[in-house]
Amino acid sequence: MDRGNRIVPWMFLLPNLAIITLFSLAPVLINVMYSVTGTDNLYPGERTYVGLANFATLLECGNYLEPATCSRDLFWRSVGNALLFVPTQVVVMIGMALATAIALNRDIRARGFFRGIFFFPVMLSPVVVAMTWLWLLQRDGALNGILGSLGFERVTWLTDPSRAFKWSVFVTVWAHMGFYTIILLAGLQSIPADIYEAAKMDRASPWRVFTRITLPLLKPVLLVVFILAVIRSVQTFDEIYVLTGGGPGTATKMIVHYIFDTGFATMPRNYGLAAAASLMLGAVLFVFTAIQMRISRSGGANG
Amino acid sequence: MAEGAVTSPGWAFLARRRGGIRADWTDWLTYGYLVLGVVVMLAPVLWVVLSSFKSEGNLLEFPPTVLPEAATTARVVGYDRPLPLYAVTSASGVARTLAQVRRVGIEAQMVDPAHPEAGVFAVQIDSARALKHFHIGTENYSKLLASAGGTIWSSIYNTVFITVVATAITLLMNSMAAFALSKYRFRGSGVALLAILATLMVPATVVLVPIYLIVSELRLVNNLWGVILPVISTPTGVFLLRQYMLTIPDELLEAARMDHASEWRIFWRIVLPLATPALAVVAIFSIMSRWNDFLLPLVILNKPEVYTLQLALAGYSDENGIQYGMLLAMTTLTALPLALGFLFLQRYIMTGIASTGIK
Repeated sequence: MDRGNRIVPWMFLLPNLAIITLFSLAPVLINVMYSVTGTDNLYPGERTYVGLANFATLLECGNYLEPATCSRDLFWRSVGNALLFVPTQVVVMIGMALATAIALNRDIRARGFFRGIFFFPVMLSPVVVAMTWLWLLQRDGALNGILGSLGFERVTWLTDPSRAFKWSVFVTVWAHMGFYTIILLAGLQSIPADIYEAAKMDRASPWRVFTRITLPLLKPVLLVVFILAVIRSVQTFDEIYVLTGGGPGTATKMIVHYIFDTGFATMPRNYGLAAAASLMLGAVLFVFTAIQMRISRSGGANG
Repeated sequence: MAEGAVTSPGWAFLARRRGGIRADWTDWLTYGYLVLGVVVMLAPVLWVVLSSFKSEGNLLEFPPTVLPEAATTARVVGYDRPLPLYAVTSASGVARTLAQVRRVGIEAQMVDPAHPEAGVFAVQIDSARALKHFHIGTENYSKLLASAGGTIWSSIYNTVFITVVATAITLLMNSMAAFALSKYRFRGSGVALLAILATLMVPATVVLVPIYLIVSELRLVNNLWGVILPVISTPTGVFLLRQYMLTIPDELLEAARMDHASEWRIFWRIVLPLATPALAVVAIFSIMSRWNDFLLPLVILNKPEVYTLQLALAGYSDENGIQYGMLLAMTTLTALPLALGFLFLQRYIMTGIASTGIK
């Protein structure tokens, strides 16, 4: 501002800065405080300093490949689930989103209709998504109805650990795929058409066009979408919480679910352990977000 | 390839392309994939909506009927209630339509609706098939909306309140910050922008316990403001608005300053109206997020009277067993507002996501 009034912009910024300080920046520090203190008291003054004991408790394991030997086996099971869930879900989802975006980018009829259909589950709330699939997958549900009419036995889809896990992957892909499809489609549309024209002149096969033109030119967008998907996938909670409740047993329990259980759902509430687990999750997300920001800045892609 | 299909007149239009070139196998693959996709994406939701119009009895049938159906009934002289109709095949192979008066074990007492004077006769129930017709039943909805002292209405109110209030504050607060960060040059502006963007690194899932502490220190546990305040500043919203406001020429502001307009007036009367397209995108994203929020309300709101629709829906099966009919009606109602919004704002929403990568 030229008029020496340096207060005005800060007045405009004040509400925002107050809110982010109170609910984003300060909480990071408060989280650290919780993670190094014990007891089930919520108020900081009543908590006792325990050093790194919460982290040690979470990380203490007889054998890291055998969750039952860990002092907090539920934490390790949720970490193990995430290690399987995140790569599977992200690869399947981005693969499907890419295939869909390529199909939608072709010279097809009713493109707007198809695009809308693939996108609309993104608008549904996680609870609605979970309820929808619960209704389809229940014992007397539509899927078993179809199986029955084909002469098969009814299947209990969500009470078998491995099936419940696969459905968790499927349902989250179903719900979020459209979001990534739209971003990838925008990326595809920014590839100049004359490159494809030239490839057609050279009678390049569709596969060759895909691997030599589409993929390399889409790479920056693909990378951003990929990391965005990882960041969201690591935090998966809502849909699966309602769909399977983390079960059967612990088969579909995710890290955020563990944090929620430890800090809020099970008595006595162990805020210290929950905060320690949150900080570890936060560290993982920090790395991926930093990578994403770096790519967006250098690659000029959206994100 | 696929010559036969291409030349058949009925479907030929599908293979027609803008360039007048004939379709090849990749086109058929594309359409096959897209049609399969339509089924997988649409059918589950359609199934829930159709099921929500089924009666209690219809919902319990296995295998389930595709469309909502109700028993066909007829009024028969001499009986007070309408009687359900059955298609009955007698041992000699004669098919008749009879009305059931009552059922005793594996036998039913039936009457011929055309000749009630002939009296009641016994029919083996395995030779009778109940007659059904397509019927949209709204009783799940009426029961839901009338149930348990109107808790559903308080959930609807809570969700609407949170969505409207949080979105209004988000728009005002974020555009004020964006105005400061785009239209003033001042020491510390870079740091302020960085601080706001840094909150991208701190999703609610990571600071759940501290947010709960602060909300409870503010005495806002089980209060709708407790789920509004933590989410009203959105870094992506500030960024989007700032980028948009950068394109508004400074000359407009300078001219207003010449006329001694206050800085607030410049913001409110000049910059804000010009930023309407960006505000619309931020508003859409905010409405979507607030309507669908789950984790934070789950932690902050623990009493049924402050439940949002999402919490009420997720917790519904816990109370007095699962009443599928009402659960399905509630699922449909919860999804309806955003689904309708999507129908009208589809292009806007998808362009917004494609150009910002946010949701």
